Amino acid sequence: MAKEIDLMERQRRLAWFLIVPAVLVVFLVIGYPLIQVLVYSVLKYKLDGVTPPSFVGLGNYLFILTDSDFWHAVAVTLIFSVFSVTLEAVLGLTVAMVANSKFKGRSFLRIAILIPWAIPTVVSSKIWAWMFNDIYGVVNVFLTNLHLIPQKIAFLATPITAIPVIIAVDVWKTTPFMSLLLLAGLGLIPSDLYEAAAIDGATAVKQFFSITLPLVMPTLLVALIFRTLDALRVFDIFYIMVGGQGNMATMAIYNQQWLVSFLDAGIGSAASVIILIIIMIFVVLYTRFSKTSFQ
Amino acid sequence: MKEEDSKSPILRMLFYLLVVVILVFNLFPFLYAIVSSFRPNADLFSTDLIPKAFTLAHYDEIFKDTRFVTGLFNSIIVAGVTVLISLALGSLCAYALGRLPFRFKGPVLYIVLTMTMFPQISVLSGLFVMLKALDLFNTRQGLIVTYLIFSLPFTIWVMTQYFRSLPRELEEAAYVDGASPLEVFWKILLPLTVPGLVSTGLLAFIAAWNEFLFALTFTVTDQMRTVPVVISQFSGATSYEQPWGAIMAASMVVTIPLVILVMIFQYRIVAGLTAGAVKG
Amino acid sequence: MLRCVGPLFLLSLATTNGSGAGVTLHFTGDSSGDSGTFTKALIEDWAQKTGNKVEIISRPNDATATLSQYQQYWAAKSPDVDVYQVDVIWQGICAAHAVDMKKYVKSDEVSQHFPRIIENNTVNGKLISIPWFTDAGILYYRTDLLEKYGYKEPPKTWEELADMAKKIQDGERKEGKKDFQGFVFQGKASESVTCNALEWVYSYGGGTIIDPDKKVTINNPNAIKALQTARSWVGTISPAGVVTYGEEEARNVWQAGNAAFMRNWPYAYATGQDEKSPIRGKFDVTVLPKGGDSGKNAACLGGWQLMVSAYSKQQDAAADLVKFMTSQESQKKRALQLSQFPTLPALYSDPDVLAKNAWFKNMLDVLKNAVARPSTVTGADYNQISTAFFQSVNKVLSGGQSAQDAVQAVEKVGKRLVR
Repeated sequence: MAKEIDLMERQRRLAWFLIVPAVLVVFLVIGYPLIQVLVYSVLKYKLDGVTPPSFVGLGNYLFILTDSDFWHAVAVTLIFSVFSVTLEAVLGLTVAMVANSKFKGRSFLRIAILIPWAIPTVVSSKIWAWMFNDIYGVVNVFLTNLHLIPQKIAFLATPITAIPVIIAVDVWKTTPFMSLLLLAGLGLIPSDLYEAAAIDGATAVKQFFSITLPLVMPTLLVALIFRTLDALRVFDIFYIMVGGQGNMATMAIYNQQWLVSFLDAGIGSAASVIILIIIMIFVVLYTRFSKTSFQ
Repeated sequence: MKEEDSKSPILRMLFYLLVVVILVFNLFPFLYAIVSSFRPNADLFSTDLIPKAFTLAHYDEIFKDTRFVTGLFNSIIVAGVTVLISLALGSLCAYALGRLPFRFKGPVLYIVLTMTMFPQISVLSGLFVMLKALDLFNTRQGLIVTYLIFSLPFTIWVMTQYFRSLPRELEEAAYVDGASPLEVFWKILLPLTVPGLVSTGLLAFIAAWNEFLFALTFTVTDQMRTVPVVISQFSGATSYEQPWGAIMAASMVVTIPLVILVMIFQYRIVAGLTAGAVKG
Repeated sequence: MLRCVGPLFLLSLATTNGSGAGVTLHFTGDSSGDSGTFTKALIEDWAQKTGNKVEIISRPNDATATLSQYQQYWAAKSPDVDVYQVDVIWQGICAAHAVDMKKYVKSDEVSQHFPRIIENNTVNGKLISIPWFTDAGILYYRTDLLEKYGYKEPPKTWEELADMAKKIQDGERKEGKKDFQGFVFQGKASESVTCNALEWVYSYGGGTIIDPDKKVTINNPNAIKALQTARSWVGTISPAGVVTYGEEEARNVWQAGNAAFMRNWPYAYATGQDEKSPIRGKFDVTVLPKGGDSGKNAACLGGWQLMVSAYSKQQDAAADLVKFMTSQESQKKRALQLSQFPTLPALYSDPDVLAKNAWFKNMLDVLKNAVARPSTVTGADYNQISTAFFQSVNKVLSGGQSAQDAVQAVEKVGKRLVR
């Protein structure tokens, strides 16, 4: 008995010892910037080197929340996030399961599936933008040569065609992230579970729903959380492919515009805080949904 | 779906078809980039898939550029050290959160996650001021410190999940044998989490390797700059022109270390739990 | 020991000069490509002549990323950089962080530059930067195609251009060149279309969005007509994708021989005349057309300038470097080596310069009358008005908004900013 309690105590102490340094590191790095963002968000502060900052309370927040451009950006970001994360999860799991299977050339597959994630975003976005070019792009050339479309389409010129293209490119680029995490997660599932199920006569589909999915769910959830965080903050891919088109700005582009282009640290910081809150809402939703708790 | 033994020929064919589709989908733009990197400048915008002319000029150009080589070196150091610190600190912390009794697990995880939720641009000036104050500006160490904002929470979350999923029986046996919690971590649990470590490590490495905004802002001299920033500085005769060929060549070169890393580590990703260790 | 003092003393005299013995300056600006090579050599020249050292901090190719980088320094009031290469439209943004160059340059020296640029670079009486090289939007046209379809000269008005472009485009497409376009320009929602649209608006007599007296002038019938005219080109003589074209995309279509007319910056001249270029010897340049017979010729003013940081600890030396780099001699070298436009009108009649770049002679008038974007009058808020403008114009071009609504939206933002 005493030995057990002693063990618990040692474990408890060790836990503190292991957790605190990591948390401290993160605090120290992000602490000052975080405070700065919060402070600036309640100031009217133009970075022109001349105007001194002044306190405006919630003025910046009100400006943003009544700005139709902001809500438009939120809509674009949400549509993008929902579609790309869903597609990436489904495709990622599929690819992970294929890569998990035993077959010839699976090593090659495992390397190949990581390539899109490995190419720098600025480069791959440019490649895709070029491939969708309205006159020289391979996509247009291909489709017109096969007579699938009557004439070449300027894909990136309007939201109706541009946003699906951007989602497709993002799915191409980020599915590897999901696949890799899920592949590791699949490895946690003991193979004898499948053997036992097969002996009991369960079909592959049933095995998937009763064994694979539940057991990979925790990993899937973590992957989803991080993917969603990134999707809600998407910047590079939109910026490079559709540039400053106002009707296709994302929340991060809106944020950057106010902070950097318009030199307004007050509104820029307030926008950051609002974006943070929106992201937090998603995280809370995820954890409510998850059956595993972290307590 | 794990074993390939009892599938009918049709399913097998469909399976291989799926594999091919996945390969083509993933690799086509990469192939396009490779082809472009070997095309001479005048042909860069032709739509032929197989280039009529072939040149190594772009590769020559980028390797002659000392900034590019220095950039590669800096990227390796920064990404490598970031990952090492994250894995070390992160997995220890994850072990505690996933396995040891601790009252504030939930709050810690969420606080750590919050740190990583800020859009990069918002924390840019705060970090700039901080780095300057600590004399870490324009240093590799400074950049590594800022990269931890992403990689540490990510590592902690993924590895916590990993540790949680390991069966309890393993530890209990070890404790009965008189092992300390740290020994249990080091000798028993950590080796089983290698797939998780490898996945997280690779993903974090790639993220740090390709990161641009922080690298652009926090390093200013050619000695310290990492490769994405160097590539962004490639310019043609005027700043309007984009040296597409050189950029493609540079991207190919930049992707190679990542491919090598994956090649080395990929078989470790699916180690899986061997039934024997659990049942015994 | 004491014997060394003499020679050492003499040595120190040899390396001392008026700017201070051996200071180390930091310059940030072009450092890659041909421009970078030229800049580095020029700076080395100065360093040798004055016995100082200059360290170059490279900047990203993209102008916005460059500005973002500079802003970090300025926000921290950092003395780490002494000389900045700044865009013509950043004068208002840089104003508080720059030294008044009037301190170092006499007025007769200043007046040797194009007056429009100096006007642009002067904010509230303070001369923010010295012009280094300049740029202006021009019309490129295919001499061979004009001849083929019976035109003797390039178009003088936009209406003429539209007619000529349509005829040439139809003709070429009938002959099998399915990808041939009449007119390509920059319609991408970015600073590029601000320049293009400003040219259209100005050429119809519609003003410059906000005039130097802080009056918001954009909402007028001429401006509306200009935008409507531009909209009529998209899908008829210009491809639908032109709303995503920047400078390079337009140039690609043009240089492959697939366009009759192009609006672009002068840099495309040299690339077009390159040995391997399909259009070598088949084109020429002229000033952009007027908006109708009663309009004016417009050319959007571009180019880069050099400024001395107000936080620099070596302002005298820095100013000396700037003066050297923008001197007649240096600018002549640039014109000869890079074929970029000097900011000193005198060089446009220089025989050596003309021998290398005969076409510069025609450009003198264009540059003298170049129209500046309203960056100086809006100061640090320039990006806001430019963004409102280019987003609205882009919407008009892609058919998402009427020209009337567009100018009204821009006027609203403009009024808010100059209050």
